[in-house]
Amino acid sequence: MTKLGSRIFSRLVIIVPYAWLVFFFLVPFVIVFRISLSTTAIAQPPYEPVFRLADGISGIIDNIRQLSFDNFVWLTEDALYINAYLSSIKIAGISTILTLLIAYPIAYGMAQAPRTWRPTLLMLVILPFWTSFLIRVYAWIAILKPEGLLNQLLLSTGLINEPLIILNTNWAIYIGIVYSYLPFMILPIYSALEKMDHSLIEAAQDLGCPPISAFWKVTFPLSLAGVVAGCMLVFIPAVGEFVIPDLLGGSQTLMIGKTLWTEFNSNRDWPVSAAVATVLLLILVVPIVFFQNMQAKAEERGK
Amino acid sequence: MKSLGNIRRSFAPWADPDSKPFISFKNITKKFGDFTAVDNLTLDIYHREFFALLGASGCGKSTLLRMLAGFERPTSGEIILDGQDIAGIPPYRRPVNMMFQSYALFPHMTVESNIGFGLRQDGMPKAEIAERVRQMLKLVKLEQFARRKPQQLSGGQRQRVALARSLAKRPKVLLLDEPLGALDKKLREETQFELMDLQQELGLTFVVVTHDQEEAMTMADRIAVMSHGNVIQVATPAEIYEAPNSRFVADFIGDVNILEGKVKAAGNGRIEIAGDDFTVRTVGDAAPAIGTGAAFAIRPEKLKVSRAAPADAAINASEGEIWDIAYLGDMTVFHVRLPSGKVVKTSMLNAQREVENPIGYDEKVWVSFAETAGVVLKD
Repeated sequence: MTKLGSRIFSRLVIIVPYAWLVFFFLVPFVIVFRISLSTTAIAQPPYEPVFRLADGISGIIDNIRQLSFDNFVWLTEDALYINAYLSSIKIAGISTILTLLIAYPIAYGMAQAPRTWRPTLLMLVILPFWTSFLIRVYAWIAILKPEGLLNQLLLSTGLINEPLIILNTNWAIYIGIVYSYLPFMILPIYSALEKMDHSLIEAAQDLGCPPISAFWKVTFPLSLAGVVAGCMLVFIPAVGEFVIPDLLGGSQTLMIGKTLWTEFNSNRDWPVSAAVATVLLLILVVPIVFFQNMQAKAEERGK
Repeated sequence: MKSLGNIRRSFAPWADPDSKPFISFKNITKKFGDFTAVDNLTLDIYHREFFALLGASGCGKSTLLRMLAGFERPTSGEIILDGQDIAGIPPYRRPVNMMFQSYALFPHMTVESNIGFGLRQDGMPKAEIAERVRQMLKLVKLEQFARRKPQQLSGGQRQRVALARSLAKRPKVLLLDEPLGALDKKLREETQFELMDLQQELGLTFVVVTHDQEEAMTMADRIAVMSHGNVIQVATPAEIYEAPNSRFVADFIGDVNILEGKVKAAGNGRIEIAGDDFTVRTVGDAAPAIGTGAAFAIRPEKLKVSRAAPADAAINASEGEIWDIAYLGDMTVFHVRLPSGKVVKTSMLNAQREVENPIGYDEKVWVSFAETAGVVLKD
């Protein structure tokens, strides 16, 4: 009896996250996908309605007949979209690498710190989240603009004679993304490094490995799961990032998040923007699946 | 010829004034902040010796081993290995290898790559590495597990991989930090003998750290009993057991009864001590001053319990009453309460399956011992 009860209970427990995913991810996605197959219309909302249940079965069949992949074809015909996707991936990729290069030493330092310090250090990493993301990005404008804090500092120390133009360039976007997403890279790497048994490093040294080589042969491979998780957590949202390129990037910066926003708000072309969003999702699903495969393999190794 | 205990083999370089120690700790002190882990310690270990550092946790034995491996630097003093001062040499250049208590096997490598790790560091040609790894796998009988990951092995198998890895580079000295601590009792006992055989076969110097006295007694040629960063006694297992030099060592190794008293007479190789329950007459070269306090240590199995009074009931004998009996299978332990109220522990080997009229609770008995059965402690 209790066994049956617990089985039902465990089913119910599993249903909750699945129901969440269905209602808040799958259903909205289906709606977006349906809109992407529609055409614009002067209406509210500005596209041919998705389904008119009032028309009965013939109406639905009629509706399905009207579905067209024209919007997706359109995305491939206008170079703007392809360039925006490629540019987004490039910017997100470079930002992810920069974030990794900065985050790894920080995470390593945290994992090496005395045990009593670690909660404080962890707190400091998370601390920026207490301020609104938007405000923090705005603050970077004040720092990076030609007459901003950074240039004032560099000019006053005599390192440069003319203000550096950083704001409204891709560099400003890199700085913004690296800064905003740094904790998402630090935390998984730190958690991988912190779990590691220090005697492994001693064993490597004992067997003739100088410290640097011990790092590359033991520490780094064992932190790889954390590195991959961190890269995914930075790369995926960075590809679709809108706020940072909009505020820090220049007019020539092409990113898919911005393109989507323009399509949606300025052009009021919901079907095309829905198609852009669908393709973006598909582009991101590929690294997610890759990441999950990596994790599954790592877990198998663990067994 | 008489000697202490049953001597395993005639190997005693420490007794030979001409033999040079292989490892020498000279006035080694190691401090961690205010805490002194090792306190001005001097110790010699000889080539091909199986040496055990024995002590409770925190006595400095592990710190001593880690200094030998190079993970800790002595605050002061010298460590000489094979004629060379190694204090400044980093661990990755020392000709010693260590088997870690946690085994410290690399989880991302197979058994093979773990064992070959040190050889690859030395830049040994691939074919030679493969051959050496094969030999090592054979030595620890793990040939069919070469391609497994450490997580896929049992505790005992991991222990063997760790051992094979630390032996693969053919170190001058193998350091073992609680090598059998994680194994269950039966496996531990088997492995103790395997380690001894291996050490004999390879002709290496082994230094093992352990808190398990039985393990140290079984395996080691000599044992250093440590306490508070100092070596209290360095001797063969038999000497440590039969002739402990101090109350600490007598108490730490095995069970012991300590009888207190005052020296009544001394000389001619005999010492007499008058105690509350016994007048002890024992052999001993030392001549403590008459009237000073003395402690006499005697092991439970050397005390004899009998119903009948011994021939000379005035010396090395006392009446008593059976207080507790514990039957352990191989032997029976009697706790006997003496007239002064002191309870001594005696043990009797159960050589026969059936005992006629066994000694029971509350019975009046005699406790007695031979002149050579115990030892006068020096402090």
